[in-house]
Amino acid sequence: MSWLSIQKELPARRKAALILLSFLLPLALWSTISYVPFIWHPMMEIQNAGGSLYLEQGQRVTRNVFEQENRRLMEGGEEVLTGVRANPVYLPPPHNVLTAVYTAFKTKPRRPDDPWLHESLAHSIQVVFYGFLLSSLIGVPLGILCGVFSFFSKLYEPFFEFFRYMPAPVFGALAVAVLGINDGPKVAIIFIGTFFQQVLVIANTTRQLPPSLLEAAQTLGAKGGTLLKKVVLPAIAPTVFLDMRILLGWAWTYLIVAEVVGTSTGITWFINQQAKYRIYENVYAAILMIGIIGLVTDMVLAWIGRNLFVWDGGKRSGLFLFLSELFCGPMDKTFTFTKKRALKHADYTTPEL
Amino acid sequence: MQTIQLPSYKEQSPTVADRFNRLKQRQVILEAENISKIFPTEQGDITALADISFKAYRREFLSVIGPSGCGKSTLIRILSGLESASEGQVLLDGKPVDQPGPERGMVFQGYTLFPWLTVKKNVMFGLEVAGKSQTQARAEALQWIEMVGLEEFVDHYPAQLSGGMKQRVAIARALANQPRVLLMDEPFGALDAQTRARMQSYLMQIWRNVDITIIFITHDLDEAVYLSDRVLVLNANPGTVQEMIEVPVAQPRSPKQHLNPEFLATKEHIESLIHPNRDEEDVLPIIRLTNIKDDIL
Repeated sequence: MSWLSIQKELPARRKAALILLSFLLPLALWSTISYVPFIWHPMMEIQNAGGSLYLEQGQRVTRNVFEQENRRLMEGGEEVLTGVRANPVYLPPPHNVLTAVYTAFKTKPRRPDDPWLHESLAHSIQVVFYGFLLSSLIGVPLGILCGVFSFFSKLYEPFFEFFRYMPAPVFGALAVAVLGINDGPKVAIIFIGTFFQQVLVIANTTRQLPPSLLEAAQTLGAKGGTLLKKVVLPAIAPTVFLDMRILLGWAWTYLIVAEVVGTSTGITWFINQQAKYRIYENVYAAILMIGIIGLVTDMVLAWIGRNLFVWDGGKRSGLFLFLSELFCGPMDKTFTFTKKRALKHADYTTPEL
Repeated sequence: MQTIQLPSYKEQSPTVADRFNRLKQRQVILEAENISKIFPTEQGDITALADISFKAYRREFLSVIGPSGCGKSTLIRILSGLESASEGQVLLDGKPVDQPGPERGMVFQGYTLFPWLTVKKNVMFGLEVAGKSQTQARAEALQWIEMVGLEEFVDHYPAQLSGGMKQRVAIARALANQPRVLLMDEPFGALDAQTRARMQSYLMQIWRNVDITIIFITHDLDEAVYLSDRVLVLNANPGTVQEMIEVPVAQPRSPKQHLNPEFLATKEHIESLIHPNRDEEDVLPIIRLTNIKDDIL
């Protein structure tokens, strides 16, 4: 089978290889630039300052400056500079960044009142959490109402449609004026950035509900509130869950803007501080951590979604069953879609509940 | 060529005539009174149904058939209360109804099982809505699932079932509410021929054993004649009643009756009502593209 065939799934092994490669390729590029001395490396790192009056050991200067200074020193008959080619300080090599992911947690803040890295991270997560929670508490029910009732749809959606084109960060100054300089305005920015999209997205999801399901429920005697509770909510649940995963990603992207509003805090403060100290390894490490936290959260949510909505093509894993039995008592039977075909043909008898 | 002489579809054997006499003395379950449906569009009003009246008696199997676009589906949606008639009314046990309700069960052509519920929970849906206790609802649901022969699949989700099984669950779900009438909107339309034949046999067996009146929409002539006591033939554009036909084939039906003279006569008559000019072949402007001489021409 060829690697490139239109609209054909690749075999599992090739897919895995490509997924790995998608991470390895950028890493390889970065490593090449960092470790191969004759590629790029526009600076010289001074090893011996010689007779120079203003250059010091360990300093990085452009090659022009380096050669000029050496020429000057040679003419004056003084000891010349020695150095090796180096990249600018803002591009640390991969191994430095990887060690920084660990050491950044161990780096003592320069001022005694400043937070450690883990405290900064916790603060960031807290801000996103509150912003997203607040938005969801209002946005999800409102979105569902808009999707179900034309009344709410027409009452809210046109204005939200307009409002969402105003970028959340522009409300920064206002939010500070109203809510002070602490966490209030930050949560508000994440709320504004998420809420309006959320209502519109959830309303749209709700509108996708097949009317035939509602009709079938009506001919079975369901009305009003029962219809909403027993048909609309369970039917849209998997898609709403997926929407929430995507929206949480958006909330994360508003974090960095939110954190410079009022007093700078959290991971953004940490990044700016480290950049000021020119410890770029830590800057990269912090950026990497934001990405990793986002990805891991999304993967955990996706896993929960697969386990919760087995009927929608998911699969219930042993770990999930174990956890749910631990906390909420036994669930219905294990269900996997891979078993589907086998069940159809085998003489399968269901054990009693 | 030999032509088979068929009897008139109006000739009924004494047993069949007797059955129809008894049928018509039974209580009227569902009555359509001068139902019209007009859809307003920008190009003017479109009359989908005009002045349709009929009665369905207790334990009758009544089919509605007609050319495509005759408003069969609109009619059954009006009977179920999912749509309202522009004029006329639907009477259930003599009382007008204008909203969907559990006393008129419905089986749709598309699969409308709730995908997030297991077979058992699907059948329990109507019972729980009616306020029965979990235990009571479960017991009754299991009984109906057994009736459609799916007791092995109670804990399966709809996605794990075949098309025929899904429709059997849908029938069980509708019957669990013990409706006065079961409305079926081309329920076997999406099934392959063999499954369809099996489903027809299941439906006949259920109908014989349950006190239920069935109104069955179909576009399949064979199906209509095979299953029904009476067949309501509709005209298209606008949908009007063309004829109410009493099928002169004795009950209980079996697949062998497909070749009975009465069966064939009824089929031919309905065919002539639905496609009046069926004998004339439509001529396509085809150019002959082969040189091979054979006796087709």
